[in-house]
Amino acid sequence: MKYMFLIYGSPDNVQTPEVMQQWFAFDAEARAYAGYNGGEALHPVQAATTVRTSAGQAIVTDGPFAETKEVLGGYYLMDCPDLDEALVWARKLNAIDGSTLEVRPIVVF
Amino acid sequence: MGVMLPMTDARAAIEAVFQQEHGRVLAGLIAHFTGDFDLAEDALQDACVQALSAWRKDGVPSNPAAWLTTTAKRRAIDRLRKGGVHASTTVILDEALPAPEYDEPDAVDMMDDDADQAIPDERLKLIFTCCHPALTLEAQVALTLRTLGGLSTDAIARAFLVPVPTMAQRLARARNKIRDARIPYTVPPASQWVERLTGVLTVIYLIFNEGYSGRGDDAPAHDALCDEAIRLCRALVALLPNDVDSAEARGLLALLLLNDSRRTARVAAGRLVLLEHQDRSRWNQAQIDEGTTLLHEALSREAVGMYQLQAAISALHAEASKAADTDWAQIAALYGALAAMTGSPVVQVNRAVAVAMAHGAAAGLGLLLELDDAMADYFPYHAARADLLRRAGEREAAADAYARAVTLCQTALERAYLLSRLRELE
Repeated sequence: MKYMFLIYGSPDNVQTPEVMQQWFAFDAEARAYAGYNGGEALHPVQAATTVRTSAGQAIVTDGPFAETKEVLGGYYLMDCPDLDEALVWARKLNAIDGSTLEVRPIVVF
Repeated sequence: MGVMLPMTDARAAIEAVFQQEHGRVLAGLIAHFTGDFDLAEDALQDACVQALSAWRKDGVPSNPAAWLTTTAKRRAIDRLRKGGVHASTTVILDEALPAPEYDEPDAVDMMDDDADQAIPDERLKLIFTCCHPALTLEAQVALTLRTLGGLSTDAIARAFLVPVPTMAQRLARARNKIRDARIPYTVPPASQWVERLTGVLTVIYLIFNEGYSGRGDDAPAHDALCDEAIRLCRALVALLPNDVDSAEARGLLALLLLNDSRRTARVAAGRLVLLEHQDRSRWNQAQIDEGTTLLHEALSREAVGMYQLQAAISALHAEASKAADTDWAQIAALYGALAAMTGSPVVQVNRAVAVAMAHGAAAGLGLLLELDDAMADYFPYHAARADLLRRAGEREAAADAYARAVTLCQTALERAYLLSRLRELE
């Protein structure tokens, strides 16, 4: 089962060199995992552009989809045997800088 | 054999078997069909329908659990063969019961009593799956009652005062999440053991309390919850290794038994009867003895937790042959330890009451006043304060506190009790 790990954190979260080291260490560990399917960090929400439908028209606006305290900062995609193993990865990610992790199974068509 | 059982007897027999065996049979089926909850439940449902007519005709088999298991496995294979199933489950067809046996109509009748041993007890896995923290607590409770307890969706909905479709949807969502997020059907590894077991104990405790505290509204539905919680906890204790980590499971079983021993004595004519006024001859002595023995076993492990402390408090009440003999100083000390461990407002309020009983109403009121701000909307706080004020002879302040408690309380039983106290003061 593939799981998407959506990493939500405060935009004010300062990524110190020590924290960055932890991200790099995690990334190396993730890439060594047989189920690794990719992962990226995202630019801040100031760089986000949203397209939504309004009155039948596709409207392009500046900014993220929803204004929230915690924003999507990056993701990993990993193939894990079950949710418990996926949650082991999620806990590791959460431990780096306290980001909130949303773990979503990927639909297989 | 050959004697046609009346329909009602067959139904009663099936219900009895269901209560005893549903969890174990279903857990075995889910293990057999590699974690497919839906298939296992549907197949067991089919088997029960079949049991109703077969057992009416031939009598209840000597090993009903084995009968249900074998029949359900066949029905599951029927369902898989009829198609419309996921690709992943069809693989199992090859490993499932071989076709010749499936085509043999009398296979079930040929099963002997030893077949029981062929069903490994997989309930521990099922308990951990149903109480997985990735499910909401509400869903954990409902799913545990439905799959392990074999309670009908209707019965669970009634006990939790929600419409049946709401409960059915809650159960369906939980099953879908288990399937879609692939919540595993396993006993958790050692690193997660304590955390996950704590979750399981919480679910069992919630089920019991829902039954115990809600009893005035619909007694049979709520009695079923108490019975089921005890049954589940008993099974859990039997399945866990008897080591330090299981001390709290034993403590919880002790607590449930000790509290349940007062279930009938605590309600009379739709009214809540307080501990001090209960007819102690109506307490269930067998439950008290079993609970006390379990508590001592648990305490000997020297891993004290909140359930063991609560059980110790409940045991002290059970030991007193009349209310005046209650060892309130000891109870107040135990509540002190419990308050330090949990910080729960319920415990703080109970502690104040125990202190009042041991050292006078003023001492208890003093403790309650320290809590004041956090408790503005908390009904037990106002009820306890009213009670202590009444004992201290402050009638007016007591009446105010009772009135406040009435506006905040949740169940009909509590309301009736508070109103009767309020009337006494007026």
